[in-house]
Amino acid sequence: MSTITNQITIANHKIFKNGVLFFEADPALSFKDFLKASWKNLKVKYPKFYKMDEISKLGMLAAEVLLMDIPYTDIAQEDIGVVLSNAHSTIATDINHWNSVSNDSAFFPSPAVFVYTLPNIMIGEICIKHKLKGENAFFISQQYDEALIKRHINLLMAQNKIQAAIGGWVDRSEEDYLAEIFWIRK
Amino acid sequence: MKQVYFTGDNIISSLGFSSQENFTSLLQAKTGIANFEIPGYYPEPFVASMIDRNKLHALIPDKRFTLLEKMMLLSVEDAVKSAGVDIKSDKTIFLFSTTKGNIDLLEEPISAQFETDRVYLWKMAEVITKHFGNPNRPMVISNACISGVLAINTAAMLLQNGDYEHAVVVGGDVVSRFVLSGFMSFHSLSPEPCKPFDAHRNGLSLGEAAGTVVLSVYPNKQEPRFIFAGGASANDANHISGPSRTGEGSYIAIEKAFKEAGIGSGEIDHISAHGTATPYNDDMESIAIKRHALSRVPVNSLKGFWGHTLGAAGIIETVALLHEMKNNTMIQTVGFSEPGTVEPLNVITKPVEKELNTCLKLASGFGGCNAALIVKKVTL
Repeated sequence: MSTITNQITIANHKIFKNGVLFFEADPALSFKDFLKASWKNLKVKYPKFYKMDEISKLGMLAAEVLLMDIPYTDIAQEDIGVVLSNAHSTIATDINHWNSVSNDSAFFPSPAVFVYTLPNIMIGEICIKHKLKGENAFFISQQYDEALIKRHINLLMAQNKIQAAIGGWVDRSEEDYLAEIFWIRK
Repeated sequence: MKQVYFTGDNIISSLGFSSQENFTSLLQAKTGIANFEIPGYYPEPFVASMIDRNKLHALIPDKRFTLLEKMMLLSVEDAVKSAGVDIKSDKTIFLFSTTKGNIDLLEEPISAQFETDRVYLWKMAEVITKHFGNPNRPMVISNACISGVLAINTAAMLLQNGDYEHAVVVGGDVVSRFVLSGFMSFHSLSPEPCKPFDAHRNGLSLGEAAGTVVLSVYPNKQEPRFIFAGGASANDANHISGPSRTGEGSYIAIEKAFKEAGIGSGEIDHISAHGTATPYNDDMESIAIKRHALSRVPVNSLKGFWGHTLGAAGIIETVALLHEMKNNTMIQTVGFSEPGTVEPLNVITKPVEKELNTCLKLASGFGGCNAALIVKKVTL
């Protein structure tokens, strides 16, 4: 069977690593500035981060803090999966794109925005940064259904399609955000 | 592990509202892609594959459902009829595949008719599942252009494990101002109907469609029967909007699907590729296919018929593959005339009769994602 060894929660401008406070920022900061401050604190050189939409940044941040302590080089890249979920897909970025095309006289779609209107782009960003080439899936549910994510990962492991995975929830509505991700290994 | 059978299917597209109607058009090389000029809907003329919306609204006049929901309702209804499955049973699970769902609700004045949460994919799934009286919470997969293949793979895995006995896998997306403008900004829309694998291919054509496959652990009564033999997904880990130059993710997905099916390249009779007709995608697939020594296997892309139907693509193209296998006839790649991929492919240019026992379906998408699935014909 599989074991969850590490967990990250990001909410209310606080990052918890395995239940312990890892980083916190001024609650008065905007979500955007919180993401920026959190990433800066990690001292990771990765300029691409700043080009991403906010929900991808949230997922990237969670994955970075999650994987920093995990030795996984013994597992082949194609045997590590990423299975994430949320309720609101990419609604904030969708509205952003929509505002640039809704009016005939102000019609300025941008590929740099549009590409982020797919929730699995966050998975792609995480895979690129950490060289993970295994199974991908992005599920949408009204609430975080951890059992569904674990079942999917466990079935993939039982079929020997992956040996380890990042799983969890990375959600952003127009009002709030929450990331809860874990590392699970066979 | 339980055997999983394909027991029912449907396609709702520009080429008709049933699998049979669609397959007949495919055999006749009739494309559903056309030119549109609709002021107010889109600021400039566009090329796309659109369903007969008037016919759809006449069939389902109920204003409580959105355009996409109506397409999916009709698709599921027809597919379960042919499968003879009890959709109200707790042993039946619904899986949805879509990239943008009811995103057209962002547009005024459609949005005024629906609650704001209707734009969320879980809500759309809930509305449809409730309509059919299914007691299980539906699963929704939104993983770009591999969503359809991934949803079938996921459903099969649940059935193999015995979690459910039947799965209704429905996928769909509509052509909207939202999606058209996005692909336009990428300069990935072809100014004419798309030309998969062709030397002069110049981008994709968008399409709207819904499709359903019903999977079951019980075989259907009629021969021939088709089983899900294997499936997998993988990531290129290379670029979010450009496919890998080595076909890495596609290669891995095919490799793992082969492993599950317990077969090798030599057993593949036919490949139904993703074939979007963008220069990069088609080259990438030719490379992945070559790396598996599959270059001589007859391959087609059906994007020239329906356009790229996003969340529906993997489903309706798998349905078409099942019908190709049933009829032992491979469909031609409409739009293709001159070879032009970086690695040579055996592109099908006219309907070809061939005994089809083991076939491979491919899909790739933004986010570097790739998927593969293998269908086998069996006699009991």
